Amino acid sequence: MRYLPLTDADRREMLNVIGAKTIDDLFVDVPAAAQLSGPIAGLPLHTSEIAVERQLSALARQNLAAGDAPFFLGCGAYKHHVPASVDHLIQRGEFLTAYTPYQPEIAQGTLQALFEFQTQVARLFGCDVANASMYDGSTACWEAIVMARRITRRAKAILSAGLHPHYVSVAETMAKFTGDVLDTAIPQLTRGAPGNDLDRLLDAIDGETSCVVVQNPNILGHVADLSELAARCHEKSVLLIVVVTEPVSLGAIKSPGEMGADIVVGEGQALGVGLQFGGPYVGLFATRDKYVRQMPGRLCGETVDAGGKRGFVLTLSTREQHIRREKATSNICTNSGLCALAFSVHMTLLGEKGLRDLAAFNHAHAVTAAERLERIAGVALLNGAFFNEFTLKLPKEARPVVRSLADRGILGGVSLGRLYPKADALANGLVVAVTETATPEDIETFAVALEEELA
Amino acid sequence: MSINESGWRPEMGSAGNDDDIATFTGNRGLMLEEPLIFETGDFAGTGVDFLPKPVAKSRLDGLERNRPIGLPGLSEPETVRHYTRLSRQNYAIDLGLFPLGSCTMKHNPRLNEKMIRLPGFGDIHPLAPTSTVQGALALIDLVGEWLIKLTGMSAVAMSPKAGAHGELCGILAMRAALEARGDARSVILVPESAHGTNPATAAFAGYAVENIPATAEGRVDLDALKARLGPDVAGVMITNPNTCGLFERDMIAISEAVHAAGGLVYCDGANFNAIVGRVRPGDLGVDAMHINLHKTFSTPHGGGGPGSGPVVLSAALAPFAPLPFIERTAEGFQLVEEETAGEHHAQSFGRMVAFHGQMGMFVRAAAYMLSHGADGLRQVSEDAVLNANYILRRLDDVLDAPFGDTGPCMHEALFSDDGLAEGFSTLDVAKGLIDEGFHPMTMYFPLVVHGSMLIEPTETESKAALDQFIGALRSVAERARAGDKSLKAAPHYAPRRRLDETAAARKPVLVWKEPEQAVAAE
Repeated sequence: MRYLPLTDADRREMLNVIGAKTIDDLFVDVPAAAQLSGPIAGLPLHTSEIAVERQLSALARQNLAAGDAPFFLGCGAYKHHVPASVDHLIQRGEFLTAYTPYQPEIAQGTLQALFEFQTQVARLFGCDVANASMYDGSTACWEAIVMARRITRRAKAILSAGLHPHYVSVAETMAKFTGDVLDTAIPQLTRGAPGNDLDRLLDAIDGETSCVVVQNPNILGHVADLSELAARCHEKSVLLIVVVTEPVSLGAIKSPGEMGADIVVGEGQALGVGLQFGGPYVGLFATRDKYVRQMPGRLCGETVDAGGKRGFVLTLSTREQHIRREKATSNICTNSGLCALAFSVHMTLLGEKGLRDLAAFNHAHAVTAAERLERIAGVALLNGAFFNEFTLKLPKEARPVVRSLADRGILGGVSLGRLYPKADALANGLVVAVTETATPEDIETFAVALEEELA
Repeated sequence: MSINESGWRPEMGSAGNDDDIATFTGNRGLMLEEPLIFETGDFAGTGVDFLPKPVAKSRLDGLERNRPIGLPGLSEPETVRHYTRLSRQNYAIDLGLFPLGSCTMKHNPRLNEKMIRLPGFGDIHPLAPTSTVQGALALIDLVGEWLIKLTGMSAVAMSPKAGAHGELCGILAMRAALEARGDARSVILVPESAHGTNPATAAFAGYAVENIPATAEGRVDLDALKARLGPDVAGVMITNPNTCGLFERDMIAISEAVHAAGGLVYCDGANFNAIVGRVRPGDLGVDAMHINLHKTFSTPHGGGGPGSGPVVLSAALAPFAPLPFIERTAEGFQLVEEETAGEHHAQSFGRMVAFHGQMGMFVRAAAYMLSHGADGLRQVSEDAVLNANYILRRLDDVLDAPFGDTGPCMHEALFSDDGLAEGFSTLDVAKGLIDEGFHPMTMYFPLVVHGSMLIEPTETESKAALDQFIGALRSVAERARAGDKSLKAAPHYAPRRRLDETAAARKPVLVWKEPEQAVAAE
């Protein structure tokens, strides 16, 4: 077997050194009733690399890849062009096959990359500090709510209707067990500002509130100014948590930190990571200096070595489970290191200029597409302000339309019926994302097909 | 740090080795220093070109980001060089044996990497219509079926993102099941030797945590456990094989006692590599167990993640599994999400994560499982256990093996610092190993042994690699026993000497600041 270096002669010799007759002697502590006498039934035996490749390639071919179709899906996962060098670099064995940098003298590569990542994320979000990544945006969002509870010692979180419904679901699942109180709402297809509920949020803030959680751009693509909300939160010592699921937007839109957010969390998938059917992705988490010791997750910090040279280490680990056990700020251990590296390499390639160009390109492309799609009879564009994603209201239910578009080889957006199956008022909503990967021809193909589906 | 016309140079420090020759660059041959991108990059620099963008009116409603962001950009050659140089400061499995106990640092097959990069897996959107992703759903179903069969359990939840997230999934399923029978309980029992994630997870899920003591043989004290069981105990979290590298001989009795008292049994599956293909946790009375695909099933650790932690569940817990899950129907694979959950999965405790889990890891794990097959996986655990016992027996004359007399170990060998010279510690042994060109073992864990050194070689090491590691550790251990002072200053030959972790925590510097800002902040 190609991954197992021991030969039978090695095994015999080693058993001899150990003083065991057979391998079974080493499993003597396992109760006899639980010992299996041979390979587990019902599973195939080992096979060649070529056979495995054939079997898995056949499964892969059953899927319609985003790159093989006019593609307009977003809602928390975005297709962007990832430069070839990103994937090459993250596949270097020294990054790919390293462990968590617990021995910093021989992990400076990972650690320096994390320090750069933290700085990039903090600057992108307009915050003082960022951590070394979380599992994904949805779990980072829940961790932010928990952090706000720790800081304010209050347990009611107000979630905007524009927050990704999966993120809301994750918080609801957890809150059932932790006793946190969540104030949630379903978004409205309001013309001009779909999913925007700033007034509701302001009204809901009370003496029990720990935080308000708002996504920007929101699930329907609407972009809002959150400055007034931030100010009102701060008047009542409530923390403003802003969620960003499309980090490319921050090359064009004022950052959450500039608007007054206290904690900013996000999904970093859009940069460097790729779609991968939903994971692994990379959770981003940033906040103000004064809250650092309440943050979850690993943090990389600068220090010096015994010779006085600059170096980096994991730090403030007294917050973490391996030291604090049941008193830790979170149970998180593994982060999303390799995806964080991909994010950081992509960001380094872009730089400020490239990020702004990329964002401007996305925005211009999305505006062009929105204007084209809006011209279809019966279709209404709901967004006033948007970045690279917007919501259309169709004259009929969107979910079957999306399915028939898929049958024609077009991946034409995410229907709100998929995301909010119980909300009939949203059934005609279609969320369309347009990034730099869509060509003008793709947009036209999509528009013509949609026109035909609605005719 | 400075950039002048001579180029970037690190601050050199002072306390080098006596025979060090100072170089202009700070480099030492192939040991290369590398600045931060913020020190060399330029805000106008970039490594990406774009087509001309279409002309369109802005719809940002006055929310344009006008202030500088502060993100340096590098051209492609500079970027490739920056990260390649950084990579060379890392130790990795690809460079040598990586004996971190409890971490299962085995070889990461490159076929796995090739498979996830197929566009049909790597380039599909999680919300794409299910008719366009049938192969992806089949793949997840395939991995789930392997996990169910390998563990002898009834169901699997695929969405948890990592081991600790899987623990959370299992504990939430347990809690949902107890609440469904109107028997909410408040306490989770955890052995002293448990991973820190176990108590943290139980607390995160709203439980009080109590410790169960260990016996002198490094195993759960069954009598103490039985004495503590009662109507307030929701369950136990047991790691088996445990973190001392020992199989819990009383596991069946433990499960029976917990079940008799109305509780449930969570098993931390971090050490599944020791028994995969030979022992099924379902036969030991386990109700829930997470499986670290990044340990047993060879998906890469990536410098700290991402992981993947599917959870296998007993028949008692299966109805409470989280959303989403995959259902086989006559029309193909269906993804049961919130919409249909009421009809198909009414007792689910809910969603744990956006989308459907770590597809990238499922594909890699599938390639690994299919490659090994049921027979190969059995050989995996046998070789992993053989390698660990070989290390245990070849080093127990120079290092104290606290449980060495109680029988064989499983996949990891545990030593203590007993017998090292006055003033010498496990840390010194670990740093000495770095000079020998090895990553150190897990240090100071588990907590039940003084100065723990936990060594997990895994099955992907040859006898020659083991012999060299044993020779290196023997030499370092002998130096530590003899009080060789040079060991206190190790590592001597790594990119960095010992780093001051206390200073890092006292005054945290977590992001880079421009020098003038840094000065102003003083």
